Amino acid sequence: MKVPTLAEMTARGEKPEILFWVGCAGSFDDRAKKITKAFVKLLNKAKVSFAVLGTEESCTGDPAKRAGNEFLYQMQALGNIEVLNGYEVTKIVTTCPHCFNTIKNEYPELGGSYQVMHHTQLLKRLVEEERLQIEGGSFRGKRITFHDPCYLGRANGVYEAPRTLISKLDAELVEMRNCKSKGLCCGAGGAQMFKEPEQGIKDINIERTEQALEVTPDIIAAACPFCNTMMTDGVKNKEKEAVLPVKDIAELIAEAEEL
Amino acid sequence: MMKVLPNILFLIFFLLAIRFFVRNVRKIAANIHLGRPVNRFENTNKRWANMARVALGQSKMVKRPIAGILHVIVYIGFVLINIELIEIIVDGLLGTHRIFAPYLGGLYNLLTGSFEILALLVLFAVVVFWLRRNAIRVDRFRKAEMKGWPKWDADLILYFEILLMGLFLSMNATDSLLQQQGAESYMQAGYFPVSQYLTPLFSDFSLPTLIVLERSFWWAHIIGIFIFLNYLYYSKHLHILLAFPNTFFANLRPKGAFANNVTVTQEVQMMMNPEADPNVSTSDPTEEEPDTFGAADVTDLSWIQLMNAYTCTECGRCTSVCPANQTGKKLSPRKIMMDTRDRLTEVGIHLENKEKKEVSDGKKLLDNYITREELWACTSCNACTEACPVDIDPLSIIMDMRQYLVMEESAAPSDLNAMMSNIENNGAPWPFNNQDRLLWAQEN
Ligand code: SF4
Ligand code: SF4
Repeated sequence: MKVPTLAEMTARGEKPEILFWVGCAGSFDDRAKKITKAFVKLLNKAKVSFAVLGTEESCTGDPAKRAGNEFLYQMQALGNIEVLNGYEVTKIVTTCPHCFNTIKNEYPELGGSYQVMHHTQLLKRLVEEERLQIEGGSFRGKRITFHDPCYLGRANGVYEAPRTLISKLDAELVEMRNCKSKGLCCGAGGAQMFKEPEQGIKDINIERTEQALEVTPDIIAAACPFCNTMMTDGVKNKEKEAVLPVKDIAELIAEAEEL
Repeated sequence: MMKVLPNILFLIFFLLAIRFFVRNVRKIAANIHLGRPVNRFENTNKRWANMARVALGQSKMVKRPIAGILHVIVYIGFVLINIELIEIIVDGLLGTHRIFAPYLGGLYNLLTGSFEILALLVLFAVVVFWLRRNAIRVDRFRKAEMKGWPKWDADLILYFEILLMGLFLSMNATDSLLQQQGAESYMQAGYFPVSQYLTPLFSDFSLPTLIVLERSFWWAHIIGIFIFLNYLYYSKHLHILLAFPNTFFANLRPKGAFANNVTVTQEVQMMMNPEADPNVSTSDPTEEEPDTFGAADVTDLSWIQLMNAYTCTECGRCTSVCPANQTGKKLSPRKIMMDTRDRLTEVGIHLENKEKKEVSDGKKLLDNYITREELWACTSCNACTEACPVDIDPLSIIMDMRQYLVMEESAAPSDLNAMMSNIENNGAPWPFNNQDRLLWAQEN
């Protein structure tokens, strides 16, 4: 797969339309890498000129900040901002709602102001601009439920872009008991992804998976690599992994287009 | 002299009520002032709009329709019946009776009629509220932090409202009987669509007894209101006043944007670029007490967070949507707010006694009130802030306290320490080599 870095493009004197911020999960996590690749296929299909930072990218600092380490967060943030500003980056797209939120809302105060989009927002725009056509393909008529990532939904009010894309797949969007602004967290946010949960009666991802199972979906759609992991684990815990896939919206579209 | 005695008595009660109320307001203001400064005065147009929508318009209350609509009834009832209070106070001070009646004519009947209907609706709502707490036992009213005083407070206020509405209607019932019987100074005034059904209860009494009853209801009602006014200070019912400033000064930024710690920015910038500001680097660090990072006690929180604590209605909407609480963890965002308020009251009393700005009673908000286990259970999902009907932000307190734990005490759970050292060393929360960041592009 050909993925240009911003360094290479700049050396050639080119400037991409948008920077794809891959994020740590998207770069290193086996499950999330599939989402990254699906999204790149879609960008290529829509002929979007993009670049990644590659080894010049570093963690946005979100988990450090939410764990209480403001110092480490700001070290990361200022380092990233130096790189981004050095390349005069103006537009960023990312498949991770945590990166999205941090760069969009928290970097400006530290000197990094960019137009930041979540990949579902960019995909929706590409469809509107007719640069990308979506057809339902194998998803036609399937029951798909969408799990709202907290950092996309409540944190930034993005509820419609992922839903619009699902409806373009000619699928039946079924909503869980808690959705949109009332969506229930998958349990990964606030640095929980990296630690054991506190003592309780149940894990949060199990609770959320049970809510999803209530609406008997064929597919659980996610829009965040961490939610994806949590929901996948929940489905496994319920021994449903053979019949109930958890997929990112980008993966669904790429699959529908047989990319 | 005897004739003006009631007026003088009334004046004394009235002034006492105001005096204690002002004292309470001062205490609250002083305690809120203990918080760190933060600027929430920008964007005032948006702020007025937010206040109009959320506090005045109850927009977040009605997201839960049953409780919401009942609350709107009590709220409108409270505001409108207070118009009647103006007349009661003027009457009390001047020794008049229904002083507005002659001036308002037909409108007066309309007003008294609506007040009575509202009083009935309020009674109905309050009874349902009581049932929700004591018979239906709605889950969010029965969590651990609601034991003891908070439960009492919630029930007490309901009994109080039943009593006040009952007194109000009984007062009108006896008044209308006196009017019918042509008692002296009880001129024909008002329309009583509800209390007319109470009149049979009183119709057997003689005229003098009726006058005594009417006067007793009148006095009990107004003194009850004076007591209520001063009960607020000890109660979750402060929200009827503080909901307004609290929504005005609410966080208007996207919920995902957490506060930036400016002191840290200066330090990090100096580290990354030591030449940046020589003045800062050479200044004697012992000269000024260094700021603590994050919050261990209420005095480390901002005044907004402290006002939040006083505004909390203890409704538990936050806790009922909290994923940690729902799955049996100790964390309850409502408890975070209640603990903050209790600790703030304690610090306030302590400071008052010592009469100097020193918090040294050996206690802190952290550990003495809020445990670390609670703090680490939060997913920062913002469900609590979204649900809060008066725009309170428990999450910001949790984050500030985590900041204290990590930056002042290096007391993060070990898994998180591992995650942070990965970020520090490899620029990712997992132990991967940063040079491998683009390997995915070569895989299939
Ligand atoms: S942000 Fe934290 S306290 Fe608030 S609802 Fe979510 S997990 Fe609970
Ligand atoms: S913080 Fe808000 S939602 Fe939570 S108990 Fe207090 S008033 Fe209710």
